[in-house]
Order: sequence, then C-alpha cells, then structure tokens
Amino acid sequence: MRFPAISVASFLPAILGALILAGCAHQGELRGTADLGVVIERASGKVAVVNTSSRSVLGEVDGLGDLSHAHVTYSRDGRYAFVFGRDGGLTKVDLLTRKITRRVIQAGNSIGGSISQDGRLVVAQNYEPGGIKAFDAETLELVSEIPAEYAPGKFSRVVGLADVPGKKFVYALFDAGEIWVSDFSNPRKPSTVRYPAGKQPYDGLVTPDGRYFLAGLFGEDGVALLDLWQANKGVRRILDGYGRGEEKLPVYKMPHLRGWAIAGDRAYLPAVGRHEVLVVDTRSWKEVGRIAVKGQPVFVMARPDGRQVWVNFAFPDNGWVNVIDTLESKVIRTLEPGKAVLHMEFTPRGEEVWLSARDDNRVRIIDPMDFSTVKDLTLPAPSGIFFTHRAQRIGF
Amino acid sequence: MKRHSPIVIHVLVLLGVAVLALGTAQAGEAPTPSPERERELVRMVRQDCGSCHGMTFKGGLGPALLPADLVGKPAESLVAVVLDGRPGTPMPGWRPFMSEDEAQWIVGRLQQGFPPVHIESGKGS
Repeated sequence: MRFPAISVASFLPAILGALILAGCAHQGELRGTADLGVVIERASGKVAVVNTSSRSVLGEVDGLGDLSHAHVTYSRDGRYAFVFGRDGGLTKVDLLTRKITRRVIQAGNSIGGSISQDGRLVVAQNYEPGGIKAFDAETLELVSEIPAEYAPGKFSRVVGLADVPGKKFVYALFDAGEIWVSDFSNPRKPSTVRYPAGKQPYDGLVTPDGRYFLAGLFGEDGVALLDLWQANKGVRRILDGYGRGEEKLPVYKMPHLRGWAIAGDRAYLPAVGRHEVLVVDTRSWKEVGRIAVKGQPVFVMARPDGRQVWVNFAFPDNGWVNVIDTLESKVIRTLEPGKAVLHMEFTPRGEEVWLSARDDNRVRIIDPMDFSTVKDLTLPAPSGIFFTHRAQRIGF
Repeated sequence: MKRHSPIVIHVLVLLGVAVLALGTAQAGEAPTPSPERERELVRMVRQDCGSCHGMTFKGGLGPALLPADLVGKPAESLVAVVLDGRPGTPMPGWRPFMSEDEAQWIVGRLQQGFPPVHIESGKGS
C-alpha cells in the first residue's frame, strides 16, 4: 500500500496555527481555574497567582494598594478574584490573563467582602464609613449601600460578613453589638432585620449549609448564634462564660472565623484570650470539649475531610502550628513552618495545605498525611492564601 | 578684666543655644535602638500593630496612628497605652516585648511619621 504524498503546503496552516498558539500560550492558554488561587503579598500591594497542581507561582499582579488584612472572594466561574484591600480598594483580578479588570476605591477603610449566591453582587464590609456596599460583579458599579447606623449619627464597624442563600448577607456590628441580616432580592432597595448579639462581635461565620450564623464576641465570653431558618426566634447564646470568669490574656491578634471551623457535626472555635480551642456539637450547640493548644488561636481550620483541624496562633506564638486529630480530640502534631505564620489554605480535597510564613518570605506546602514539606515557594511577606474552590462554597 | 571681642561673644551665645537645643531634644526623645533592634521594632509595629491599626496606620479595629491623628496627645500617655494597653478595648499591653525606652522611641517615630518596613524581595523557587 502506498501512502498518499502530502505537500508541505498542506501543512502550512497547521504550522502557522501552532506557532500562533505557542505565542499566545502565556496569556491565552485554554485551561480551567479550579486549581488556581492567589496569595496576598501583604506589604507590596501585589497578589501572586498560584497553581496548586504544579505548586508554582504563575505570575504577579501589581497595583492593589494597602493589602494589610486583605480578603478575596471569587466569581462563580472561578476566573475572577475580588480583592478587598484595607484602604477601601476593591479590585477585580482576572486569574487567566493576570490583569486587573476593574478597580474602585469604595471606602476609606475596609475589612473584606463576599459574593451573592447567584454571583451577581459583590458586597464589601467597611469600617469607615461603617456599613456594607453592594456592587455589580460584572462592572463594579455601586448598586446599593447600607450604612451601619445603629443609633442616630452613630455608625458601627462591620465584621463577619457572609453570603447566605436567598440573596441575603449576614454580618455583625462591632460597635453596636448586633447581627444584621440584609435581603438583596431587590438589589437596589435591600431590606434589613436587626438582632441584638452581645458585646463587641469581632468576626462571624456561617455553617457550610448556610443555616447558622455565629458571631464570636470579644467583649464577653460567648458566641451569638442565629438560626437563619428560624430567624424570628432571635439570637441564642452558646459557650456562655467559657472563660469561667478568669481574666483573659492580652490578645495580640483577633481570631478569625469562617465555615472551615466545621468538621463533621462539630465546630472548632478559637477561645479569645486563652490557649484553647472550644469544641461544640452543631446539633445541640453545647460545648463537648476543649483542647489545649500552643497559643491563642487565630485560624482554626478543618481539613476538607474533617479528620484534622489545623490551628495557627497570635503573636508571639505565631511560629507554631498545631494539628488536632478530631477522632482523638487532641493535638497530635506541633509544626514550625516558619516565622509569623499568618494563614493556611487547604487544596480543594485536602491532600496538601499551603501556609504563609510572612517573616520568612515563604509559602510552605505540607502533606497533611505525613506532615512532610512538599515544596517551598519564595514570596515577599505573604499573608492570605485563597484558592478558587471558595467560589463554590456558601459563606466564602 | 579682659574684654571679649563681639565675635567671640556671638560664638559663645550660639554654642550655648545649640547645647540647650540638644539638651531639650534629648529630654523628649528616647535613645535610638541598635540598627538590628530598630528593624525588629519597625517590623513589629508595621506588621503586628498593623493587624489592628493597618500597616499604613490609617486605622482598622484600632484607631489611626498617623502623625495628624496623634496631634495634641501627650507622649507619656501614648507610651503608657503601648506598654499597658487600654482596658475596655482590644488594645493589649506590649510591655513583655519592649522596654520603656523602646516604647518611647516608637511613639516618637509615630508622631514624626513611621519608617517603612524593610522588604526582602524575591520570587519563584
């Protein structure tokens, strides 16, 4: 059998096509985003776009302003990161082109934000002016705002903002001691219901099913719990007086709460001003234990399968990380991943965890099965690590 | 009695003023820490105080600490807050991590405008 003769000319379009594709690969390579994420470079106003499959930095995006206490939420397609900066900057970053798509300065002092269930509204929570603002996720145009005016002329700083089903957002007012639930069914005219919560709520979380909102209190020992399925029943207090009347230690960094605190039917919560993690049954909401840890917990984060809970600590114990085994309910490992461990993020299915060590200018990737270091990435003063699977989770 | 020439008197007066000025400056300012300790303190204030006050000190959960925000606030009371905290607020006392001289130096630098943190650059691995 003879092969048909093929002229070079008939190959030409294919060769040209391949050349063009190769030229574009840097920017326009066809790829999914589910293994991407960003790492905040706290002091330089940049984010690094990272890949959790190749465990590498794909590139940096510059010009995001003051990123101390930055937060990131994702578009529902996992392509765009909405980065909230301390200076009130809200920046929409395209992870594929690694370019800024839109950027607005929306407040004087901001602490974070969240995206609506349908992905259409991005909501920022602000300290100055105290309140929340809703933006069109496509254009970042202001849609509506809710000043946190809890008494005539008095505005509260807003913490713990979480998106919940039904186009609602729940958040806590540090200065007012209240939890507010705002319904954005009509995005230009949201309606708000207020609930008394307790003294100085410092952060909040919503359970992964979107049912319960918890606000941790700084001004008293306890946690405010609101059942959003029966919000008319009001706020219930759990873990009341967990400090047993003892004076709390000075707190050198506020703990953070989010849905990652839930592992199976238990919630693992940081005790404020104590070297303890509090364990709560999420059906009865009663305390079922407390676990002694190395310092004052900041992030108490469950591995996605719930078998382990990783804990980092406030200054001066921020070089340590404790790993709790949830079956044994005790610390099974103490790690030293670097100087000033600010944040941790598990890959979507938890086979690896990334930890930022700010003062070592390093992100360490650890295998949580055997605690071995898989890889170190060098990045200047890294803080928050945010992977795109947050796009698919309620309350992130 | 010997009389000094006017120029000598001028020089003596100027020297006197300079010595006096130096004395006042020293009374209001803490000794400068060693370069290494200074770097540590700058990093601590920018990064760890910055978790509540913001890395640029524009405020957050804690109040803003820019020079304009500190006008009219006596240095001694600011030093006391740094060392022993402020009851009823989340502000903790930092006495375990610094001396009184260092707290004074920090307050002095905040009033003038705080130095930036030293960033080591580098990327990739």
